[in-house]
Amino acid sequence: MHEVGIASSILECVAEEAKRHQGVPILAVGVRIGELSNVDKDALEFAFEALTLGTPLEHLKLEVEWCPRRQKCLACAEEFSVHDLELACPKCGVNHSTCIGGTELDIAYLELEEPCVKS
Amino acid sequence: MREVVEKKVLSENDRLAAELRERYREQNILCVNLISSPGSGKTALLEKTLSSFPKENCVAVLTGDIQTDNDARRLVRYGFPVRQIVTGGTCHLDARMVDRHLNEMGFRGPGLLLVENVGNLVCPSSYDLGEAAKIVLLSVTEGEDKPLKYPGIFHRASLMILTKTDLLPHVEFSPELALENARKVHPEIDYIALSSRTGEGFDQWLSWLSALQLKARREAATVPS
Repeated sequence: MHEVGIASSILECVAEEAKRHQGVPILAVGVRIGELSNVDKDALEFAFEALTLGTPLEHLKLEVEWCPRRQKCLACAEEFSVHDLELACPKCGVNHSTCIGGTELDIAYLELEEPCVKS
Repeated sequence: MREVVEKKVLSENDRLAAELRERYREQNILCVNLISSPGSGKTALLEKTLSSFPKENCVAVLTGDIQTDNDARRLVRYGFPVRQIVTGGTCHLDARMVDRHLNEMGFRGPGLLLVENVGNLVCPSSYDLGEAAKIVLLSVTEGEDKPLKYPGIFHRASLMILTKTDLLPHVEFSPELALENARKVHPEIDYIALSSRTGEGFDQWLSWLSALQLKARREAATVPS
């Protein structure tokens, strides 16, 4: 249960970015969570909501992209998603690969309000 | 309007961890981070490990717990500097806590820094402490499927230690199955089975530590400062 800590780190980053955008409302923050990151999506969303409730960031949306584990075969360079812990390469069958995805715990983007365009 | 940020959520912890790693390299300190469920025998492993070291060895221990300094009291008896990190509710150690306690302790290398994380298989795996290796402990009184239930930590750990092997005759636990499960998650994970009570497997554990120390030294020598 460290999702509260993770959520507050995300909010600290949003606050820092908000300074750079001086007053442009931030509508959403997009994060990538890997299946090996040990972060639970529901718990993170709950913590995020609890931490923003009653604050100026109350309406900030958290958009989570869930990233499955991906491996790259060291024999034939095939990149593949892992299902049921099957680490053997689906193309050449060799069971010797390296992890290239699934450990993400990243802030990917911010969604900012469109600036008013005066016509 | 979308603005790309591309930043690690724990970038502040990662920054501090990188500083710690650099300090360990400069001072020739090998730091390992021991992680397991509560009650898997981290403290017992450390007790037995410390008791096997000559008193002149440069070794220090940081031990994390949510409450109490019981572990530090157990460990300090072996004559090495030990510091309890009481997290007061936080379920893991982070780089800031390690940095602060290391400074207060005044530990300087070359030597070995053993970090005992808070008993928890989930949260500690997300926080880099600048260590050379994460070590995950699994005791024979737990289930063989722990690596499958907690893949995050078994994926990040360099070594899995099966503890309490003296209890194997009394429990239904298959070390082979536990290892097979760990290697499903992390094919390259090293494996040692030991008992902190009888000392079985300790030679292997101490050799593993020495080999890692040697490797860290060699790497430090090749990186220009």
